[in-house]
Amino acid sequence: MTTQNPGPKTTAAHRAAMAGARPMIEIRQVQKHYGDYHALRGIDLTIRSGEFFSLLGPSGCGKTTLLRTIAGFEDISSGVVLIDGQDMQEVPANRRPTNMVFQSYAIFPHLTVAENVGFGLRRDPRSRAEKAAAVEQALEMVGLKGYGSRASHALSGGQRQRVALARALILKPKVLLLDEPLSALDRKMREQMQVELIKLQRQVGITFVLVTHDQEEALVMSDRIAVMFEGQIAQMDGPEALYARPTSRRVANFIGVMNFLPARVLGETGEAVQIEAPGLGRVDIPMANVSRADPGDAGPSVGFRPEAVSLLATGAQTANRVAGGVIDEVVYYGDMTYYDVRLDGSAGFDGQARPVRIAMRNVFGREVQDVGTRANVSWSPGSLVLFR
Amino acid sequence: MASGNRSQTAQGLALVAPPLGYAVLVLAAPLLTILAYSFFKDGYLTVVREFTLENYRTVWSDPIFHKIMLRSLGVAALVTLATVVLAFPVAYFLSFAVSPQKKAMWLFLITIPFWTSYLIRVFLWKVILGYNGVINSGLKTLGLIEQPLTFILYNVNAMVITLAHAYAPFAILPIFIALEKIDRSLLEAGRDLGESRAVTFWRVTLPLAMPGVVAAALIVFIPTIGDYVTPALIGGGKIPMIANMIQAQMLDLDNRPMGSALAVTAMLIVAVISLAFVALNRRFLGVRQ
Repeated sequence: MTTQNPGPKTTAAHRAAMAGARPMIEIRQVQKHYGDYHALRGIDLTIRSGEFFSLLGPSGCGKTTLLRTIAGFEDISSGVVLIDGQDMQEVPANRRPTNMVFQSYAIFPHLTVAENVGFGLRRDPRSRAEKAAAVEQALEMVGLKGYGSRASHALSGGQRQRVALARALILKPKVLLLDEPLSALDRKMREQMQVELIKLQRQVGITFVLVTHDQEEALVMSDRIAVMFEGQIAQMDGPEALYARPTSRRVANFIGVMNFLPARVLGETGEAVQIEAPGLGRVDIPMANVSRADPGDAGPSVGFRPEAVSLLATGAQTANRVAGGVIDEVVYYGDMTYYDVRLDGSAGFDGQARPVRIAMRNVFGREVQDVGTRANVSWSPGSLVLFR
Repeated sequence: MASGNRSQTAQGLALVAPPLGYAVLVLAAPLLTILAYSFFKDGYLTVVREFTLENYRTVWSDPIFHKIMLRSLGVAALVTLATVVLAFPVAYFLSFAVSPQKKAMWLFLITIPFWTSYLIRVFLWKVILGYNGVINSGLKTLGLIEQPLTFILYNVNAMVITLAHAYAPFAILPIFIALEKIDRSLLEAGRDLGESRAVTFWRVTLPLAMPGVVAAALIVFIPTIGDYVTPALIGGGKIPMIANMIQAQMLDLDNRPMGSALAVTAMLIVAVISLAFVALNRRFLGVRQ
């Protein structure tokens, strides 16, 4: 484990500890209407104490509305929101045990950094000196030691975010709500803050609820992710399960890249579904990898991730199955190369060409292949997901 | 590069020349003339062009000047206070309660008083507040009073009412703009950090609106000190302010050096008070313009 690595988040022990934790936020049948617009359509979810939970979805899917109903900034049309077992119906935002990091950070421009961080301590019974010490400690926690007397309008984006975090965490909320907190930062800064947020969450042990449209961010940071479309939760799972076994084509498309080939279902046993797909032939798909198709789909399809299959070096042997094809396109990324390969016979049922994308890590000694050369693709039935 | 800069400078000068010339002609030149006059001697109906400080000595030692200057400052301060205190809720309503599509219409409504000349609006207040005015005849018709009320016209209160009404839009607009610039998520952050709406207003909204309040106060304070029409009409000419005193010296008594010295002195006092006001706000409220 390097210093950059936040640690084994997805170990079995961590998952077991999470599964046993008591519920912190319980949302039951929550509906939200804005006039004619139906923003939340029956949300049910339970977020456990100490969990890093993400609401992921495209803009307009209702994820921010859901976060704001937890914070108390939006009334719900019907349903129940419980925080730590207490019904929040009659509890205004300023009395909820939650604090929020706003997308714009909402740093008070007329106050210094220390005054911002200490804003919520007004009614704290501690002495002035104790509060000042708490502010300094909170600033140190987010890496802004000694910044207290600075004017807040002179801060960079990353520093503003840290101030917003310190200002929320100093109040020791039961739940910290983060509304797209990293979207305003540049890529390097964003990746650094992702790691820092994970560490911080583990250090303080507070339940974090993150709203993001960035699937990579959700995968990196979360214990569990709820993927939302049009005011509904499409799938709720851990990052690995979400990536490896999306329960619908839509989720599969939203999280990373997935290749799809049309499939024909031939038969079904208790453990597997037998299908035929152009370019792959007959395959038995285990029941665990069978998901549902979306209403708009033309018919059943199989999907696989670009890195779940690989290009076989000439003359190499493999225990996996092999499909032949021609390299259509090569995209070189430095650490990775993406190949678009047209599998033999993939024109299949309707004669339409469907090149599949294959991602190969550029390890030492492996040459980048040329466009137009023949290639063998190695794959295994376990890496396929059937959508029907 | 240098020639490019020079031609750009020339272009800039050409652009500002007409308004600059106008400003020099109608603002700087009269001001300098007044300044020069204030150091000249008065030779009964003529101006003797000899340097003297006698005018200023007279002004500063004149008890009537002290009284009228203090009254002008007092009336202006009262008008400023009344106007800003009444304008703030209107600006707040405009910024927070009116939907964005309707804001332009509301701003338009607020400017409607400007469609009538200032002089006529002041005169109409006389009609409203007068001995046989709207209020008195109304109350008499209702049988609430037998004799007309006399304390509602020809006094400082009536002047404050008239001036506060005349300057209301000037106070509403800067406060409205300051409120519009406040990021609404700051108010949510205040609530999120445990404060009620009222305390959030006190700790977040009001401090952030202060630049607008300061601007409004100055915009109302400076012209009301020098107001001439309202003391003449609403004050009944019996409670003059500094502008009336200057007018009397300049025209009625034809003592231009003395009138000029009065004008320059009043201008200096207003300038010093305004600068002190801005400095105090910057110092104690952290107001940043």
